[in-house]
Amino acid sequence: MREMIKMVIVLTVLSSLSGGLLAAIRNNTQERIDSQVLKFVKGPAIQKILEGATNNPINDRFAIPVDEEEKNFFVGVFEGVPKVVAFETKGGGYGGDVGVMVAVDVKTGKIHGVSVTTHNETPGVGARVETHEDFKSQFKGVPIGTETKVKKDGGDITAMSGATITSRAVCTAVRRAGDLYEKAKPQIKQQLSSFSG
Amino acid sequence: MAKTLAQEFTKGLWEEIPPFRLVLGLCPVLAVTKSVENGLGMGIATTFVLVCSNFLVSMLRNVIPSKIRIACFIIIIATFVTVVELLMQAFAYPLYLQLGIFIPLIVVNCIVLGRAEAFASKNNPVFSVADGLGIGIGFTLSLSALGAVREVLGEGTFYGMQVFGPSFEPFTFMVEAPGAFVCLGLMLCLMNLAGSR
Repeated sequence: MREMIKMVIVLTVLSSLSGGLLAAIRNNTQERIDSQVLKFVKGPAIQKILEGATNNPINDRFAIPVDEEEKNFFVGVFEGVPKVVAFETKGGGYGGDVGVMVAVDVKTGKIHGVSVTTHNETPGVGARVETHEDFKSQFKGVPIGTETKVKKDGGDITAMSGATITSRAVCTAVRRAGDLYEKAKPQIKQQLSSFSG
Repeated sequence: MAKTLAQEFTKGLWEEIPPFRLVLGLCPVLAVTKSVENGLGMGIATTFVLVCSNFLVSMLRNVIPSKIRIACFIIIIATFVTVVELLMQAFAYPLYLQLGIFIPLIVVNCIVLGRAEAFASKNNPVFSVADGLGIGIGFTLSLSALGAVREVLGEGTFYGMQVFGPSFEPFTFMVEAPGAFVCLGLMLCLMNLAGSR
């Protein structure tokens, strides 16, 4: 009986100390972790496609619920006007979803640029999508909502050689971006008109 | 039988160097050693957990009832692993993205539990820390060495720096999973050759 009580006490004390320590550390690091996630996961992609923006798109963001999901929109100010919004969509690639950040020029309704955020594609094959600017620049200037497809599927996009599946994933993500943009358009315009950066 | 402090420390560096001599903890060894940086980061994280858990287990070795010792060890180890995970998210987020799931999996790394059970629960705190440090550094060196071989051959870089000229065609096989097995096998073979002399 005494042994039993000792076991219970030791385990309880140990677990509570452990829990307390972890809670304290989490409290102190939470804010830093959140900002690191934005900076390293979404940050580089946003910075790249909104290059030349005079504001900080990561700070100037707003959330709109689309299909029961909060979507983050990042605003880029060019020539003093908040005219580009960037948001993330996903397309199924070879190794899971490929996250694509799509920036849309609100005035013209054309794609300002696309950039890849997260992916799990084969190194040296699909993973080249990160740096393959020739492939990604094909989306520039295409009106948002266009049925983007690779040439093999009857579209106009030249796929990266040897990485058709990844190229398709990016096209899918851009098509989904079109749908999403269409749904969120009124709210985006409203947010931008009240935008003061 | 009685070894000196220095012997406890140095045995981890050659005689009982974890992946090659003990052949323990192979899951992270194979999975994260795509580059030197990953290997080094994983090694340091494991070393931290190993030293802290060895110290605490050794301090509490007379308090913990032997019937529930494994449960207590796991609580201690899991606490330190979570500490490492939170700190890494806050201060080294890019590395955390690379290592991902393998950080929480240090909890079930047999090296850590093995040292707690086989060494720390029977020795005093000073020796346990020396043992943890030795084994940890041995583990870090092994991971870094494996990472170096795979990164140099597979990407043509060392710690992100170009080693060969631009004409070098990377041997991509080495940075993928099968390459890890082949590479580890060859290194084990060399270690055994060197040890059998």
